Amino acid sequence: MKKYLGPLSKENPILVQVLGVCSALAVTAQLKPAVVMALSVTVVCALSNLIISLLRNTIPSRVRIMVQLLVVSSLVIAVDQFLQAYVFEISRMLSVFVGLIITNCIIMGRLEAFALSHPPVPSFIDGLMNGLGYGLVLVVVGTIRELLGSGTLWGCQVVPQAFYEAGYMNNGLMILPPMALIIVGVLIWILNAKQNKVK
Amino acid sequence: MSGLGELFVRSALIDNMVFAYFLGMCSYLAVSKNVKTALGLGIAVCFVLTVTVPVNYLIDKYLLQAGALSWMSVSLAGVDLSFLSLIIFIAVIAAMVQLLEMVIEKFSPALYQALGIFLPLIAVNCAILGGSLFMQERHFPTVAHSFSYAVGSGVGWLLAIVAFAAIRERLRYSDIPKGLQGNGIAYIITGLLGLAFMAFLGF
Repeated sequence: MKKYLGPLSKENPILVQVLGVCSALAVTAQLKPAVVMALSVTVVCALSNLIISLLRNTIPSRVRIMVQLLVVSSLVIAVDQFLQAYVFEISRMLSVFVGLIITNCIIMGRLEAFALSHPPVPSFIDGLMNGLGYGLVLVVVGTIRELLGSGTLWGCQVVPQAFYEAGYMNNGLMILPPMALIIVGVLIWILNAKQNKVK
Repeated sequence: MSGLGELFVRSALIDNMVFAYFLGMCSYLAVSKNVKTALGLGIAVCFVLTVTVPVNYLIDKYLLQAGALSWMSVSLAGVDLSFLSLIIFIAVIAAMVQLLEMVIEKFSPALYQALGIFLPLIAVNCAILGGSLFMQERHFPTVAHSFSYAVGSGVGWLLAIVAFAAIRERLRYSDIPKGLQGNGIAYIITGLLGLAFMAFLGF
């Protein structure tokens, strides 16, 4: 069991392996789209790992990238249609980034590194855990940015009005895209510092 | 034919792929250890963007959009295939990259040597697919606009990765806190570069 928990901290795809940063950080200005994005990636990652692992003995290795891309993009289309049908607002907010899940390096990376050489059930769990590890970072960054940037969480006001009257101001910088990168940099710093202490 | 120049500058500097949308970050962080390889990858991305975005524009306009098939026959005017765009775009990109690789290998072995390793990687670079998806979302009026947008974005990406690689080369001689070495500082530098680029917005 322990080996599957790695992606949540020690082998976190974003913080340690630097995978899948591409489409992720732009959606973390608020918590809600970040959570939806995290769930979408987890679903796609787990299911594509499962499917590729089931097919792993029939795919010729020369065309495997193409097959992987087709499986992943079909899943992403399904997720995209689902989001448009049930949470249209958020799907508008995420705009092109749902589509960009296709080229998310975590998914391709796990397919290449794990699903092609392991049976279906472990592959499914591996995909799930990597998706969750990715989601965890997204949610942490989303929480920090929304709390400090707009004083809200999940769209509800958290910072009390009395604070504003006492002169507290939202940090507008947090809403800007570059802050996501700086927050992730600091998270990496914290993680590294913690691990060095454990050693 | 107005606004092509503005579109170019806008997509290269203000809506920079890396700093405003974080597209292509994986390869941006992985292949920026020195300026020379960064330049190679940057040129390859530029090249592939310039080819794939206009092609996808034409496909989107004449095959996929709602009512796009009306030029074939009136009865097809109600067809909306836009849900297929993701799968078609990625297929076009993968095919184009393959094709480009063959063409370059045939006509310019020197360029092939220089770009060789990067070209196959590009099919799964988010900047390329992102370019096509943004093109679709922004509804450019003509193919020339989509071309200008593609060149602009490519140049912006090239600029970003070369600047970042140059900073990283200098970074080797600086004294960074232990836990921050490697990826940590790379993210923070990208963030700071991004803040600098925000200046083009007029902040």
